[in-house]
Amino acid sequence: MTKHILKMTVNGETHEVLAEPRELLVYVLREKMGMKGAHVGCDTSHCGACTVEIDGKSVKSCTMFAVQAQGANITTIEGLGSPDGLHVLQQSFKEHHGLQCGYCTPGMITRAHRLLQENPNPTEAEVRFGISGNICRCTGYQNIVKAILSAAAEINAAKEAAQ
Amino acid sequence: MIPAAFEYHRPRDIGGALAILTEHGEDARVLAGGHSLIPMMKLRMAEVPHLIDLADIAALRGITVEGGRVTIGAMTTQHELIASAALHDAVPLLREAALQIADPQVRYMGTIGGNVANGDPGNDMPGVMQCLDATYTLECPEGTREVRARGFYEAAYMTGRDDAEILTRISLKATRGGYAYEKQKRKIGDYATAACAVLIEAENGRVSSAAVSMTNLSDVPVFSDAAANALLGTACDRDAVKAAVAAALAEIDPTEDNRGPVKFKMHVAGIIIARAIERAWSRA
Repeated sequence: MTKHILKMTVNGETHEVLAEPRELLVYVLREKMGMKGAHVGCDTSHCGACTVEIDGKSVKSCTMFAVQAQGANITTIEGLGSPDGLHVLQQSFKEHHGLQCGYCTPGMITRAHRLLQENPNPTEAEVRFGISGNICRCTGYQNIVKAILSAAAEINAAKEAAQ
Repeated sequence: MIPAAFEYHRPRDIGGALAILTEHGEDARVLAGGHSLIPMMKLRMAEVPHLIDLADIAALRGITVEGGRVTIGAMTTQHELIASAALHDAVPLLREAALQIADPQVRYMGTIGGNVANGDPGNDMPGVMQCLDATYTLECPEGTREVRARGFYEAAYMTGRDDAEILTRISLKATRGGYAYEKQKRKIGDYATAACAVLIEAENGRVSSAAVSMTNLSDVPVFSDAAANALLGTACDRDAVKAAVAAALAEIDPTEDNRGPVKFKMHVAGIIIARAIERAWSRA
């Protein structure tokens, strides 16, 4: 089968890889680009652990072929923050105990990040509906929801202060 | 899970897509959002030697609302459909239904064309399109034809679309009056245990027109003339709703699966149909 040279921007950097059409985006990100933040959870489009942002959309990267992302602009959890400089959402998840085992967390945070881009001031119900494609088996969601609401308030306060 | 190997095509226009489809016949499938097809390929329940990605075909995108006519390109995603204020003004039933499909990530990718063309009895939009009396445009190298949603579905995954055709757009009329899409599901992201779309117009406190259709209660979506007729001319009181529900239930044929036995599904369907009628009437 014809392999394709794929060029995409991931977390601001251009990557070029050779891939078969059947290679799913999550595997190309993890195994060919070394970005292991997006996790393979259910591998059946249900759990959301593999969520990344592609051209302004939250996408389950286990259900997209890498070749479909030719030329795309992708943000993974690695692009949001680093251990030395946590993103507001990461800091908020930490403070509110929004994770236990951490497996769902990269997907939760990339999804929450997009949600707050589209709706900077969500209600609790909107947060719950907005992360309904992400499953967490540890926390019971309460603290995840608190973390996202608190991060939203913090981001909005910082924006106001800047104006 | 890794699917079997395939060749990937990404044509720039409909003509290019149709040419590849014609060349490879049964060995080719078109890819829209991929959230039904890719899981099937990963499970190796669908073998697709030639995958034709429609992503670059601009003519398949977009929503137009003009003079009471609505046209939706097949590659319009559920997310775009929900976000369209013009579409919500013209046909509010569509946003109400789309918000009940899958989850946010799936709605960013899943398309209206894929949803109606796949023929999966669990998909929500086929029943909604039957309720709206929408028309599908099918294109093949020999030309274009239009088919009503009400006559499109033949059996599970069997539709009036020929293998050489691509469903390119959906046309419908703007609606007036009340609407509702009521869906019972086990959890967010699940297909319906039972779902029902209803449109009702009222005149002088009486039902002047109605449409009722149901999702995942047979191997095809079910549009029920009998249920609509039971409502016509009534004040949509308890007896009328009861008669409409009975008429609708007489036309479905649910099967037992992991969502429950037939008796349970008939029970749930009765409640969902009644709620949909009552909510549509409250908005009429």
